Amino acid sequence: MKVGIVTFPGSNCEGDAFHAVVDQLGEQAVMLWHKDHDLQGSDVVILPGGFAYGDYLRAGAIARFSPIMKEVAAHAAKGGVVLGICNGFQIACEAGLLPGALLRNDVGYRSMPVTIRVEHTNTTFTSVAKVGQCLTMPIAHGEGRYAASDDVLDQLESDGQVLFRYVNAAGETTVDANPNGAMRNIAGVCNAARNVIGLMPHPERAVDLLLGSIDGLVLFESLLVAAHA
Amino acid sequence: MTPTPRPGDPTITPALVAEHGLTRDEYDRLVNMLGRTPTFTELGIVSALWSEHCSYKHSRPLLKKLPTTAPYVLQGPGENAGVISIGDGLAVAFKIESHNHPSAVEPYQGAATGVGGILRDVFTMGARPIAMLNSLRFGSLDNARVRYLVAGVVRGIGDYGNCMGVPTIAGDVMFDAAYEGNPLVNAMCVGILREDELIRAKAEGIGNSIMAVGARTGRDGIHGASFASEDLSHNSDAKRPRVQVGDPFTEKLLLEATLELIASGHCVAVQDMGAAGLTSSSAEMAERGDVGVTIDTLKVPVRESGMTPYEILLSESQERMLVVVIKGREEKVRAILAKWDLTAEVIGQVIAEPVYRVTEGKKVVAEFPGNRLVTDCPQYHPAAKESDAIVALRAQDVHAIPSLPLERNSAWTLRRLLESPTIASKRWLYRQYDSTVRTNTVLGPGSGDAAVLRIRGTKKGLALKTDCNGRYVYLDPRVGGRIAVAEAARNVACVGARPMAITNCLNFGNPTRPDIFFQFREALAGMGEACVALGTPVTGGNVSLYNESPIGAVYPTPTIGMVGLLEDVTNATGMTFREAEDEIILLGEPTDELGASEYLSWIHGVVAGAPPACDLKRERALIETLHESINKRLLHSAHDCSEGGFAVAIAECCIGDQLKMRGAMVDLTAWKAIPSRALLFGEAQGRAIVSTSDSAAVLAIAKKHGIPARMIGHVKPTGEGLVIGVSGHSMRAPLLDLSSAYHDAIPKAMQRAPAEEVSAELATGAPS
Repeated sequence: MKVGIVTFPGSNCEGDAFHAVVDQLGEQAVMLWHKDHDLQGSDVVILPGGFAYGDYLRAGAIARFSPIMKEVAAHAAKGGVVLGICNGFQIACEAGLLPGALLRNDVGYRSMPVTIRVEHTNTTFTSVAKVGQCLTMPIAHGEGRYAASDDVLDQLESDGQVLFRYVNAAGETTVDANPNGAMRNIAGVCNAARNVIGLMPHPERAVDLLLGSIDGLVLFESLLVAAHA
Repeated sequence: MTPTPRPGDPTITPALVAEHGLTRDEYDRLVNMLGRTPTFTELGIVSALWSEHCSYKHSRPLLKKLPTTAPYVLQGPGENAGVISIGDGLAVAFKIESHNHPSAVEPYQGAATGVGGILRDVFTMGARPIAMLNSLRFGSLDNARVRYLVAGVVRGIGDYGNCMGVPTIAGDVMFDAAYEGNPLVNAMCVGILREDELIRAKAEGIGNSIMAVGARTGRDGIHGASFASEDLSHNSDAKRPRVQVGDPFTEKLLLEATLELIASGHCVAVQDMGAAGLTSSSAEMAERGDVGVTIDTLKVPVRESGMTPYEILLSESQERMLVVVIKGREEKVRAILAKWDLTAEVIGQVIAEPVYRVTEGKKVVAEFPGNRLVTDCPQYHPAAKESDAIVALRAQDVHAIPSLPLERNSAWTLRRLLESPTIASKRWLYRQYDSTVRTNTVLGPGSGDAAVLRIRGTKKGLALKTDCNGRYVYLDPRVGGRIAVAEAARNVACVGARPMAITNCLNFGNPTRPDIFFQFREALAGMGEACVALGTPVTGGNVSLYNESPIGAVYPTPTIGMVGLLEDVTNATGMTFREAEDEIILLGEPTDELGASEYLSWIHGVVAGAPPACDLKRERALIETLHESINKRLLHSAHDCSEGGFAVAIAECCIGDQLKMRGAMVDLTAWKAIPSRALLFGEAQGRAIVSTSDSAAVLAIAKKHGIPARMIGHVKPTGEGLVIGVSGHSMRAPLLDLSSAYHDAIPKAMQRAPAEEVSAELATGAPS
């Protein structure tokens, strides 16, 4: 599997994604510069976390116009897998690759471990996980409150596009378990074709026991299984 | 060439000289150096470079006495940052710096630009920043203005560091009325580099080009360095325009571009344009390289039209660097910067003629002979005399202070102490800082006595901590200085590291006052003694004087930033108890000392008595004991006793991790001769509480190093609470009770009033 990781000006989690793919999965990764026009044969594209263009105007609002995003959109249109993490999720929403938007947290910036529940496993990013499985991993963001109109949310629910929700230790979607005020506790979604996935928590920060959690591994392993299927 | 005054320049008058903060003597010195009256531009340059902030004119002679060498020190004081070798061909660059005055008038931008400045100091050495720490001091959270400052400072630190993708992983925060009008905001940055990529800020190579890199120069922050070198007053808010505005996005680009530039080999020196901007960076680089420089202000990229040379030279616009580029490689440098959408312009040259010259086009507007602009700065040896009032406070018999009736129940006292914001959990602050980015954080904020980062590609880890109890230094500067270093060292030892080196941020009042200069001299002496005894040289830092407001000087606060090294990062040890039935050992001994304690200050409102004694030999032995025990994987947890004493420390071991609380039952009746409040809440130094499943082995190691140690009890299941047996009775406290006190205190305090409603006037309360 070859994973292309996009570096925008202001990205800062591209190295973490690289280490997760190369050091933990033992797969190939290539860094893609935002001004490039070539995905260099990547099977999977990761839009990493950070503050692309300083999050000026709105998180992701300027990055979507980077030249590489045309190629990313084309890759997605052909069914290629695109994974947006944190700022990458924001960029994917701004680029229209994913439904909804990410608004400013109701409580300000939050850096802490959260627990998310896997809602569906019929995507390349969740195939190895189990429905209802709870995963602990860090969040670190100021604009992660997922929002969409009720119609869109209802449609996402009925089509099984809500992939992750914030839950408490018992696996329940409570108000207290929601770190940013996201509608319906939504932490991650996919597009209708199920090949573009975005989430606010950082699975690439939860792949090494030395740092406390390896709950992110199941998601990366899902990518691997899909790539080798 | 003699410079000519520019049309429109004000005439040099005694009033103008005074406005520039120069004394009569200093002005005479300047005239003597030039052999003529200075131009307005020259007066501005000297005002900045001879400010306390840039020149260290009151502190340098004493700083020279600090120990600065060890075989692994690659770069000591005098550069952008200190550098030590950690083996494997790798080195660590680190430095701490204050941004107190800007944060006092504009907390958000003041703190943010403090973070930005210290980041630049580290990456100009060729190091990639891997961690941020911060040491903060505020007044009481009962004061609405203080809550406004806390909220703004924390948000400023978070927004800047988070955007840079550098984890903020440790620090220390204390609250005391002494900091009410003048908060302390000290930021520390740690970076990693290959030893062979170390670069210094020394202008070299006649004919080489001097390039301004990064953001354009604007009118912000003019005379920031001078503002930092005077007492805060009711008029300080009027100086808000002297506070710079930060742009972390540009800084992130500048970071990547600078590291790429240094790796390219096209430049010979890099210097941050920080305090006093272009003036200071160019003069200091020239002085270090013993060469001349010439700068043309018309070539400096500006963002406002009509800027005068005076403004361009003194602007403290952020996110700018000065780079000395090998002649002929200017275009290659431009290309690297262009990749990151940044500009680089040639604004001057390194020249053979021993002169510091500034031109505006062809017209010379300032010229100083040789490096005398830097070397002729006066040095002062002010009078020092301890204040009689402090002598009296120290001599006070604090044991005579009667206990409150409520204190008959020690659990009440413990609960109250856990609510003290100085002791309480700082989660409200650090959950606003990204502490996990870069995926190296083994122990993040709140997990251990120090933070631990792994060093990728090696087995090693770094332990990092800031510390300083200003109340100790206030009541006895010599002892307080010693303790600041010893506690920082003890903290990194508690996570399993060997203390290596320190950077310091010396926050004091007005040095021209003999009582303040006494504090400065004695605290430095104490620090120096501890650095020698513990083998931790000083590699650099920052001096921040004039930390005074209408309510008086802050506590003398020489903040220590400590770097420790773990040979095997998998040994990193946290502070909280883990397994029920583990044995609990107290390393070190309680004493009847109670002076200068958080107990006296928070429960009784008394700041008096002598701070606890600091036996440096014993501190060293404790560090060895911890180091050996942890490296033999004998300890499940280690936590030192500091503010709040033994009772607070063991409570933190029980409730520090809210999701995995553990009970404990310990017996202190072996020390029945010690009054119970000193036993529980006294702050005797050189102690740590450790848990283990092999107490015999740990006790043997302690004995070998000459550290008194005693098995005092066991870790218990959560439901059994915390039980401490003291002579005559037992203190029992349910964990949920202690936990809510500890974890909810700061969030509750910060909820009290919306910070925005608070007026921007400086707080004025009664002196502490």
